[in-house]
Amino acid sequence: MSEKYFELSNLSVGYNKKTLIHDICLDIKKGEIVTLIGPNGAGKSTILKSITRQLEIIGGKVLFDSEEIRSISYKDLSTRMAVVLTDRLKTELLTCHDIVATGRYPYTGRLGILSHEDEEKVDDALRAVNALDLGSRDFNAISDGQKQRILLARAICQEPEIIILDEPTSFLDIRYKLELLSILGRMAKKNGITIIMTLHEIDLAQKISDKIVCVSGDHVTRYGTPQEVFKEEIIKDLYGIDNGFFDPMFGSIELMKPAGETPEVFVISSGGAGIPVYRELQKTNTPFAAGILYENDMDYQLARLLACEVVAESPFEEISDSAFERAKELISTCSRVINAGLPIGPHNRRMLELLDFAMAQGKLETLPAEGDQHG
Amino acid sequence: MQNTGAAGSFRQENFRRRSRYITVFAVLAIAFCVIIVININSGNVNIPISRILDILFTRDGDPKEVDIIWTIRLPRILMAAMLGGALSLSGFLLQTFFENPIAGPFVLGISSGAKMVVAFVMIYSMSLGYTMSSYTMIGAAFIGSLMSIGFILLVARRIKNMAALLVAGIMIGYICSAITDFIVTFASDSDIVNLHGWSLGSFSGMSWSNVHITFVVVGVTLILTFLCSKPIGAYQLGEAYAQSIGVNIKFFRIALILLSSIFSATVTAFAGPISFVGIAVPFLIKGALGTSKPIVVIPATFVGGGVFCMFCDLIARLAFAPLELNISTVTSIFGAPVVIYMMINRKRRAQ
Repeated sequence: MSEKYFELSNLSVGYNKKTLIHDICLDIKKGEIVTLIGPNGAGKSTILKSITRQLEIIGGKVLFDSEEIRSISYKDLSTRMAVVLTDRLKTELLTCHDIVATGRYPYTGRLGILSHEDEEKVDDALRAVNALDLGSRDFNAISDGQKQRILLARAICQEPEIIILDEPTSFLDIRYKLELLSILGRMAKKNGITIIMTLHEIDLAQKISDKIVCVSGDHVTRYGTPQEVFKEEIIKDLYGIDNGFFDPMFGSIELMKPAGETPEVFVISSGGAGIPVYRELQKTNTPFAAGILYENDMDYQLARLLACEVVAESPFEEISDSAFERAKELISTCSRVINAGLPIGPHNRRMLELLDFAMAQGKLETLPAEGDQHG
Repeated sequence: MQNTGAAGSFRQENFRRRSRYITVFAVLAIAFCVIIVININSGNVNIPISRILDILFTRDGDPKEVDIIWTIRLPRILMAAMLGGALSLSGFLLQTFFENPIAGPFVLGISSGAKMVVAFVMIYSMSLGYTMSSYTMIGAAFIGSLMSIGFILLVARRIKNMAALLVAGIMIGYICSAITDFIVTFASDSDIVNLHGWSLGSFSGMSWSNVHITFVVVGVTLILTFLCSKPIGAYQLGEAYAQSIGVNIKFFRIALILLSSIFSATVTAFAGPISFVGIAVPFLIKGALGTSKPIVVIPATFVGGGVFCMFCDLIARLAFAPLELNISTVTSIFGAPVVIYMMINRKRRAQ
């Protein structure tokens, strides 16, 4: 397993002999899921087209099981590598079954007639993507999500060691995205199929991939595990984000924080109760402060990104004087104080004091608790 | 339970499909036989069906009727059948190549290119006092076809647009026709008589030697095309997918062009340019079979093209007898509406 399996060594790729991305060095192990991420037009697809031999390699090498990929015949390669492309198929009067059956092409005889065994493999592939019922439907008459599943079934049917997918999740709604990715995950872990793909959804890329390749400018800027790559700054740089945030903890993308340095609203909450309030304030572009939040509170994670100030306290400590005083100052300058609900225990007793303080100033608005809303 | 049910429905589906294929082929075979008999039967001299079989199998009977059948009608019918099939397949191959259902040898100007070179060679050899052999005719037509396709490919490389491709083809057609007219204008009168009928498209005046040559050329090309049905099927998914399942794209593209050019060159060499058959027949056959799988579409298109051209030739001979119509006049009347229907239907489906 530790042996080199699929290796890109000093690879340069591009169109018409013009190099777009140079010196790509990747070492991919069998059964790994490797995802290429990066901004539009960065050349992710160009890399995929080069390693599938649709584009001439400009420099360097691609080694597949220590064999130069250019020296492998198309026929041999087709039994080892399958693709799912972004090209739209222009088929005519072909059923989904027919499309999937083309995956058997490398294995059938001169005239391409399917044996009984081939037919069963087509059925198996359709079953693997939960599309057995689509078999007899015209490929043109099904939805984009279904098409994508059929194309994946076609690739599975080819019984490859590696599947290369170019943006397999575009056009898919969230349910099919999850379904498709879980199928890929299963194939990689159960059947040891190596998967190399590009994804636009970095949150999904973080969750499914074993390795992440960041492509930007004219080279691969980073290659490593999701833990190594998904850092706030790396992602911001990669995509050149200046109007929002990437939260590496949940892999979520946040819009820009409300403009303004002085908070107009002070939000008191804990345990996620504050999150909908923050988002509401963000939508109305109202600068706000939040507190007093323990640093391990989930509200803290988001407040850190969206609030202009967060009054924080170390976990499981009693609220310190400095934090308490700062919170009081902020409450005095804010015109509203929203209590989104929080449990009070021995450590945060002083929050009651803070609520009283806000009440005394006539600024406190207490949101009904979740349970009350339903009751 | 559910899985076996679904697999069972596949078997049912397969059975349904096969029965449909068999039905289509049976209908084509019957139509083929019927049209041959009607074709032999009718004309200026009507020969009753009872005597046709005698004459065909024993060559017994009225010497005049034997002569009509064996030297005039039969070679003409056989040529219409083979060339019609060749033309339709040429269309099918071009449609596969250009991923465009309204591509065909006539629309893309390939027939006109062939016509131009044949006219040129014909007049040149006549002026030297030679008569052209059939092989020279096919060779000249083949070169003309390749010239047109070459030009179309140059355009297609730059413009991926379907409509632009067709416009380019039509323009090529006009240019080649203009040059042909130019050559004809400067040819001596006796040559033109020969050239005129041929350049408008006609199955008349076919000889047995034409039949033999066509049988060999079209036969071999047909077999080669049929043997290519597997990569053609892969190519229907687009080049990238075809390559990923093991098709050598560069080689295969050349093969497609050569095969379709040989077909259309043979047709143009013997019968001149014939319009719309190459588009209409594959479309109708695919519709009838309910699939575009080449392994069934190729043989059915060949037979269907034969039936279609024999039928059109029959009308060309009989409609205003003793005057004969150009074959293209008839094929256009039946073929063009099919193409228009196709385009409307596509648009509707796209919306």
